[in-house]
Amino acid sequence: MTTALAADTLLSTPLSAAHRLRGARMTPFAGYDMPVSYAAGVLKEHLWTRAHAGLFDVSHMGPAFLSLTARSGDPAADHARVSALIEPLICGDIAGLAPGRLRYTLLLNAQGGIIDDLMVGRPAADGRQGELYLVVNAATKPEDFALIAEAAGAKGRLTRADDGALIAVQGPEAAAVLDGLIPGVGDLSFMSFAPFGFEGESLLISRSGYTGEDGFEILSPASLAQTLWERLLADERAWPIGLGARDSLRLEAGLPLYGHDIDATTSPLEANLAFAVSKRRLKASTLRGAARLAKEAAEGPSRLRIGLKVEGAPAREGAEITGVDGAPLGLVTSGGFSPSLGTPIAMGYAPPALAAPDTDLRVTVRGRAQGARVVAMPFFPHRYHRPTTKPETRP
Amino acid sequence: MRFTKDHEWVEMEGEIATVGITAYAAEQLGDVVFVELPTPGATLKAGAEMAVVESVKAASDVYAPISGEVTAANAELTDNPQSVNDAPENGGWLVKIKIADPAQVESLMDRDAYEAHLRSL
Repeated sequence: MTTALAADTLLSTPLSAAHRLRGARMTPFAGYDMPVSYAAGVLKEHLWTRAHAGLFDVSHMGPAFLSLTARSGDPAADHARVSALIEPLICGDIAGLAPGRLRYTLLLNAQGGIIDDLMVGRPAADGRQGELYLVVNAATKPEDFALIAEAAGAKGRLTRADDGALIAVQGPEAAAVLDGLIPGVGDLSFMSFAPFGFEGESLLISRSGYTGEDGFEILSPASLAQTLWERLLADERAWPIGLGARDSLRLEAGLPLYGHDIDATTSPLEANLAFAVSKRRLKASTLRGAARLAKEAAEGPSRLRIGLKVEGAPAREGAEITGVDGAPLGLVTSGGFSPSLGTPIAMGYAPPALAAPDTDLRVTVRGRAQGARVVAMPFFPHRYHRPTTKPETRP
Repeated sequence: MRFTKDHEWVEMEGEIATVGITAYAAEQLGDVVFVELPTPGATLKAGAEMAVVESVKAASDVYAPISGEVTAANAELTDNPQSVNDAPENGGWLVKIKIADPAQVESLMDRDAYEAHLRSL
């Protein structure tokens, strides 16, 4: 969500000055002064990330640590206790998360609507059990952090880490670029994270991202951010990529954007994010909005997030989705031109009966009905680095 | 060639005006991925929406710099919208208009005035 603020009230990241020096076009985003694109432009930055490695400053996001105020010293018991602090707010299984693993999950309201989507990680080391690594969205971090801190009460402490830098390295050459600088990161599997030493400090690196490509997200102290950024860019395979291409990449990857494709009215099942709902917890009715979620799991939701391939002009957020007969069905929640596919694509909502791939629909753009065909997401195949012996459950 | 404050250009040949967007506008938009043009025969009023030029991120309206009747739209842009970036002030033209009032063209900026306008932005 873009927050319009005067330039002098905008927050900067540890890399804002570096972006300006590189000729980035800057824009206010979620209260931060952020690069929307660099000299190459959105289209070329997008295609470069799909072919090589893209470097993204995502320091506006909300990394934090939730830790027990008093640990027992028993690693398994401490993990169970810290999981119990956050599980009542989210739909994921954190108790069952293996050490060193990261999980995509959703903060829910009492009606089962999505307050935010986030990552929750369990550290690998025995000495760090009773602590969770969280990354929430930029626009929602004040509310998210207040909610989590309140739920934790005296048993837990929430420590924000958004005074540092969060840098994403994404693309088929991301592992080669980053492993060259920080040996060993290439051994992480998708949705794992671990601390790595760099220039005498510790970086927290996860194999994850928001592009559908293999890649990493690096939490760095602010003091090292510029050194890390410039050292990565010294590799000719890496280009700096702005938020414009970040959005078109995540759209092609079928990944929802909070505040647009999902919001407080959307349930996880409507959003086609059922994989993020713990079956154990759904069965035990320990989820917020359990009644709605159980009903939707049994009977199916009344609408579903779908992907559309659009003919003609790009259908953007707010465009109406209709049947071939013109009957209104729902709205486009994200849409634009797909640089990888060379055609407009969109996400939006439609009734389940009209949500199956190959269903012929229409979108209204500037008053005209255009062809739109439902397609399975992702629009562009994910290319995550998955272990060969133990496949991920996430689709 | 004449220019508007909204970064359209007009090149006259007899009573036919060729219209496009300036190099500055094309650079601001970024890579053009889709162009929507009026159909020949359509009547345009100066200042009204004439075309839509879209980048990956956004759709931007292009306004008619002068009134008149559309005699041609640049069909090449359907398959190659990138021409707007590659050659904004020649091959990337948008429409040809049979002008209604030559005085409207005279009231537009010349290149010096347009460049002074760009420096003021």
